[in-house]
Amino acid sequence: MTYFPGDPKPKKRMSRLERKNTLIAYSFLAPNFIGFAVFTLVPVVLSVLMSFSEWKGGALSSMKFMGLANYANIFSTTRVGMTMADKGFLAGIAYFFNRVDLGIALKNTVFYTVVTVPLTLVCSVALAIALNKSVRGAVGFRAVFFFPYVASMVAICVCWNFMLMKDGPINQLIMALGINFNKSWTADNTMAMWSIILVSVWRNMGYYMVIYLAALQGIPRELYEAATVDGANKWQQFTNITLPQLSPTTFFASVMLMISCFKIYDTVAIMTGGGPGRATKMLVTYIYDTAFVSYEYGTASAIAMILLVIVLAVTIVQFSMEKKFAND
Amino acid sequence: MSQAVASKGAIRQDSKAAHIIGQIVVYVVLIAIALFTLIPFVWMLSASLKLDREVFSYPIRWIPETFHWENYSLIWTKVPMLTYAKNTAIVAVAVTFIQTLTSSFAAYAFAKLHFKGRDVLFMAYIGTIAVPWQAYMLPQFILMRSMGLYDRLLAIMVLQAFSAFGVFLMRQFYQNIPTELCEAARIDGLSEYGIWFKIMLPLSKAAIATLVIFTFVGTWNDYMGPMIYLTHDANKTIQVGLRRFIQENSSDYHLIMAASVVSLIPVSIVFLALQKYFIEGIATSGLKG
Repeated sequence: MTYFPGDPKPKKRMSRLERKNTLIAYSFLAPNFIGFAVFTLVPVVLSVLMSFSEWKGGALSSMKFMGLANYANIFSTTRVGMTMADKGFLAGIAYFFNRVDLGIALKNTVFYTVVTVPLTLVCSVALAIALNKSVRGAVGFRAVFFFPYVASMVAICVCWNFMLMKDGPINQLIMALGINFNKSWTADNTMAMWSIILVSVWRNMGYYMVIYLAALQGIPRELYEAATVDGANKWQQFTNITLPQLSPTTFFASVMLMISCFKIYDTVAIMTGGGPGRATKMLVTYIYDTAFVSYEYGTASAIAMILLVIVLAVTIVQFSMEKKFAND
Repeated sequence: MSQAVASKGAIRQDSKAAHIIGQIVVYVVLIAIALFTLIPFVWMLSASLKLDREVFSYPIRWIPETFHWENYSLIWTKVPMLTYAKNTAIVAVAVTFIQTLTSSFAAYAFAKLHFKGRDVLFMAYIGTIAVPWQAYMLPQFILMRSMGLYDRLLAIMVLQAFSAFGVFLMRQFYQNIPTELCEAARIDGLSEYGIWFKIMLPLSKAAIATLVIFTFVGTWNDYMGPMIYLTHDANKTIQVGLRRFIQENSSDYHLIMAASVVSLIPVSIVFLALQKYFIEGIATSGLKG
């Protein structure tokens, strides 16, 4: 089906054969595409529309266009603006991140992401490197480390919750070490966030370990042999060969992790419910509460758009960087 | 010459000692992390066999004084675990079946057929992979409710069955199957459906296995979807059912742990039996994705 620029353009009407082929192709696509269009494509478009309107469901004609009102609402522009006018620009920003729901959810989600991503990656690289050295029982170890990733969230979150309780085993251990922390972790303002980070790292490190293992196996052995001949020690080999060779994987893994961190819901919903107070309120818990507890659909859609913009931005950065990696 | 050999020997001895120390360090680290990974499960199992008041006893007792196996029979009377498990199994099997069938079908068209609008359609699929479900779950919910799917298992099925990820995964795999195979079959008079069924399907067993496992585990463990859609106890899946049980019997620690252990059993079996496909699936799809 190739033609050259100089040739006459192919006829616009499809030949019978072409039409038949297209029909066959559509018949292959249809079963999946119909479901995909109805349950994914249409809702994606609707969610953008809903963020600019008020709609309680029902006929689409009952959708009332609101302009940016939902966004003004979640950013609490009046309050933030008043604070800015009264106490200056920075005070307004501080007000947004300390008092406004969206500001708090953003701050918490970003904090959680910024801590969880590097912690998880360090753990998974360490595990992968340890397992990559022909150890006995590597398959068993690999299965053990990976298992939390397939275990159901409700069971493991509730178990961690119990373990982190006031009289739980973790506090008993801490007491034995001489640290006096006599409180349930998930009920403490600072420790609640750290318990969610702990569970996330614990659960995800096995998954990224598998990705790193595959990448480690792709590093050419000659590089290490050459380095040994040149007299490089293990640590030098690690910093000068292993880490640089892993950098595309690290980049890819950190993007994947970042996106999944921004979408965190299950762990928070089961372990802390966003509390105590708003200490672990995240973007998605905020969306859920606004949509399914207070039934403010327009507002919830506007928050959802914030999540969408963040995730898309990360994805776009990934795409452009991947091109760079491919060219290098 | 002989000097060089001698120094080489010294290095070898040196590196042998370093190697042994290295091995020891590696094992210590691995075992420590393995313990850290497993301790919640061990604690869960141990607590599930204790009496309520023994769960938080000090100092902690890893092996219960007496094994209270009756906890495991008690939970079935307190909470309809069997109904939950049955619902989840129905959803998981249906989703896995629909997902695998329709996405391998669609992937064949994307990978091996030429038709108008192919690239645009494929971009639409890829584009939505980047859109988090949480961003459009609300209009999706409103839409499904208006279709009468609220509080029905069918909602959870259609929610998961048509994911773009499945199509993407299968297409990647099909693209690596030589097109010449299809062309030869076409010349032999096989229809496109025949090619899909007799050539592509048998060749893509590994990809299908990966997709089946991921879909099954994902559906079994899904929490937020069922949480939004299912309200009646008779319709609940195991995750939301377990959650309800926890909320209603929040101080029956031993029973909660027993129910948690039960909820973990099916995925554990699937995982242990098919872990090779899990690991390979992540290693390939994760890297190429």
